Amino acid sequence: MNKNLGWKLVAIVGILLVFLAGIFGIPKEWSGKGILASIADRIHLGLDLRGGTHLILQVQVNDAVNVDSDNAIARLKEDMRTRKINYAEIAKPDPINHPEAIVVKGITPDQTSDFKSIVSDRLPEYGATSGAENSWTVAMKAQSLSDLKNRAVSQAIETIRNRIDQLGVSEPVIQEHGLGQYQILVQLPGVDDPARVKEIMQSTAMLEIKQSLDGQTSYSSEQAALQAHGGVLPPDAILMPGKSIGSKRDTESGESWYIITRASAVTGRDLRTAEPGTDENGQADVRFILTSEGGRKFRAFTSAHVGDSLAVVLDNKVQEVAVIKDTIGENGVISGRFTPQETQDLSMTLRSGALPAGIKYLEERTVGPSLGADSIRSGVQAAVYGMLAVLIFMLIYYRWAGVNADIALILNLIILLGFMGYFGAVLTLPGIAGVILTVGMGVDSNVLIFERIREELRNGKTPPSAVEQGFSHAWITIVDTHVTTIVSAAILFIFGTGPVKGFATTLVFGLLANLFTAVFVSRVIFDWVLSRKQRGEALSI
Amino acid sequence: MEFFRNTNIDFLGKKWYFLTFSLIFSVAGLLSMAFWHGIPLGVDFRGGTLVYVKYAHTPDPSAIHNEIERAGLKNARVQRYGAPGNNEVLIGLDIQETSEQDLSNGKDQIKQALESNAVAGKQDLNNTSSLAIKNYLLEKDPLQLGSGTEANPRYTAIAQAIVDYRDKTKGGVLGSIEELKTAADPAVVTSLSDNFFVSDFGIRNVEIVGPQVGQQLRKQAILATLYSLGGMLIYLGFRFEWIYGVAAVLTVFHDTLITVGAFSLLNWEISLTVIAAILTLIGYSNNDTIVVFDRIRENIKLLRRDRLADIVNKSINQTLSRTILTAGLTFLTVLALFLFGGEVLRGFSFALVVGILIGTYSSIAIAAPILVAYQEWRGEKGKTPIAMPLRSGNGGTQPKEKAKV
Repeated sequence: MNKNLGWKLVAIVGILLVFLAGIFGIPKEWSGKGILASIADRIHLGLDLRGGTHLILQVQVNDAVNVDSDNAIARLKEDMRTRKINYAEIAKPDPINHPEAIVVKGITPDQTSDFKSIVSDRLPEYGATSGAENSWTVAMKAQSLSDLKNRAVSQAIETIRNRIDQLGVSEPVIQEHGLGQYQILVQLPGVDDPARVKEIMQSTAMLEIKQSLDGQTSYSSEQAALQAHGGVLPPDAILMPGKSIGSKRDTESGESWYIITRASAVTGRDLRTAEPGTDENGQADVRFILTSEGGRKFRAFTSAHVGDSLAVVLDNKVQEVAVIKDTIGENGVISGRFTPQETQDLSMTLRSGALPAGIKYLEERTVGPSLGADSIRSGVQAAVYGMLAVLIFMLIYYRWAGVNADIALILNLIILLGFMGYFGAVLTLPGIAGVILTVGMGVDSNVLIFERIREELRNGKTPPSAVEQGFSHAWITIVDTHVTTIVSAAILFIFGTGPVKGFATTLVFGLLANLFTAVFVSRVIFDWVLSRKQRGEALSI
Repeated sequence: MEFFRNTNIDFLGKKWYFLTFSLIFSVAGLLSMAFWHGIPLGVDFRGGTLVYVKYAHTPDPSAIHNEIERAGLKNARVQRYGAPGNNEVLIGLDIQETSEQDLSNGKDQIKQALESNAVAGKQDLNNTSSLAIKNYLLEKDPLQLGSGTEANPRYTAIAQAIVDYRDKTKGGVLGSIEELKTAADPAVVTSLSDNFFVSDFGIRNVEIVGPQVGQQLRKQAILATLYSLGGMLIYLGFRFEWIYGVAAVLTVFHDTLITVGAFSLLNWEISLTVIAAILTLIGYSNNDTIVVFDRIRENIKLLRRDRLADIVNKSINQTLSRTILTAGLTFLTVLALFLFGGEVLRGFSFALVVGILIGTYSSIAIAAPILVAYQEWRGEKGKTPIAMPLRSGNGGTQPKEKAKV
């Protein structure tokens, strides 16, 4: 055997060992179970094989913009009051589609420069443009707007991750879903009950403490509330329903509406922590502590409003209204006829941070564990039959050269699975199909080479030169076939999600590995066979 | 062993047969798409709700349909699914019943409608998650563990064992709560029967796609297919003269059309994985075409005096063994996938089975005749004599002697 060939064989065995390690890792115990556990540790199964829940949700980023522009309105009003700028009206003309635009009407021409300086000094993220009849549009700048929206998405991802972590789901995937706008992909292996997870993820837990303008009075309908004010809401006020989260009891007993201020004294962002507790009557409640900054704000607000009423608002629903008897600092309680489970969920969601905006579910897929197990069984079955058919055919059709092809094919599979182990790629059911397809397409390379070798032998070439010619001439075609398939698979990888991505991954890895096994490994085996043959002895192909 | 040695079939002479064959299938597919089944889009693209339900006994789709209709869900589709022994049905709701405001509403309604033996105030143990079982056990504490730290992990494990027994040992449906005695403590089972009943079905799989995602996926599937075709055109244009690229892409388009047409004729739904199969075919089907084109180009240089039609015929015959063998082997694996790969992959493997057959046929019967037809058309206009001009020197990407496989 020549020296060069020896080195090539060593290299092949080395690569084989490296990729075997990629599949099996180093098992903790050398039993069937230990080895299986080690494989499962390295090759991750997709949701379609493991069972679990897949959700795509969309962050309603306009919610976050509305909060910001509401605050901007509050600040503008305050500053215009202190600078004695007169205006007729300030409002958002289209809060649903353009929550970033505020229109201020009726500013006299001599005060426009004052007005513009307020906007540029106090609201650097906004810009003012003048419109007809002394009206001004104060709108968030495009860059700030897109920053705010993206921030809302990343903050939502962070909050959802905190909440999922507290649920104890293993290996969750929570990431931005690049294919859509402001979408988040959530994958929860092993969770077959999306309802409760959704409930916990969805509760925005947006806590706001505001002033209730009509004290503790609530109204039975929106009309009744409006009538009490002569059909027009006081400026800066909004109507808000009173309902308790999660429980349907309050809605059943009839509606209640409150008139409260638009601006908040403190919000969930001022919260340091929240814990479930019980009051003196044994009723479950949630106790919270504000940050020192939040405490300062709250103290200032309550000391200025002794005798007024506070409304505790959760997710735009009034939980309770209480009279401010004295200045309140950092500690507070939310009570509202909760069950113990509700207070646990609520304090957990409050701790994990509020969602900056509401979320909407766009897609939900659940795979039960029994279906996943069935899929693995049938996928593996198909792979084994497909592979056996190809291996046996090659043996019959090409005899000893068929053994060569079969060795290359098995090595191809080992490298493919080893790749997946090292890269932490996820094996899905279509991914198993990709493995099967790799076998079918990978063996094409061998067929190309062998057919060419046969042709050369027919033309009277000696075996070594026929092998030489066969490999060098088939190379270009092999590259062609691989390039076209890999181009398609790459496009799939870019556009696909979940299972389909798994298919593209295995197909690309498999075909790349095939370039090595079908060309290099197969060639080394031929050379080795030839090196053991007498000159002129025929090649079994 | 060798199948095809020295074949000499006049493929081009049969081009009218081929054309008729292709036209029949393309037109049948197109007619079906236009007037019969349309392009049957799966839930991924159409949006909607799909619930896969497994029964303890042989299900009766029309009875199930009636139960669902009574619950107020119109236009539900109920059909048997998978092997008959599996007792599974697939229940589908239209996008109208699937609103983004409350995505899982349709599924919940189906579940409620099917729980015909529901007991007031009790929950269905066949469709309860381990989390809910754990919470229940924690509250009732049938093993009297108290509120210590061991209760939570202990009940979590018990709940998991119960769900595993239901899903893995019993295949997803319990016949009665008593059956659990093999998997859990009798005190636990007694406590469970206070709050749970068992229905005769279990939900195995749910797919709910809202309108926005459906639209998004539709757009992506179309884009991905176009990019894929474009990628092929560019690659082939780079490897050959542009007319070869056009011929190859037309061929692949023909394959795609017939494959999608087959889905339309059979009224099988096109899902995301079917699109994945079609994209794979776009790549794979080009392989054979490239091999034939490579040989044509080589022979044009060797046989300068011959008519293009003869050269093309000779090239197809020379590569026939290779074409049939490689396609046949890939077909074997795809067939294994179709036969044994299970219901979830049925559409995917069907697309591959049809696509590989058509792709191999078309690289022989469609791609090369397009080249000849173009040549003859140019000849009639008196532009170029004999064989087609080829990029001289092969653009540097080719070795002097090319794949003669």
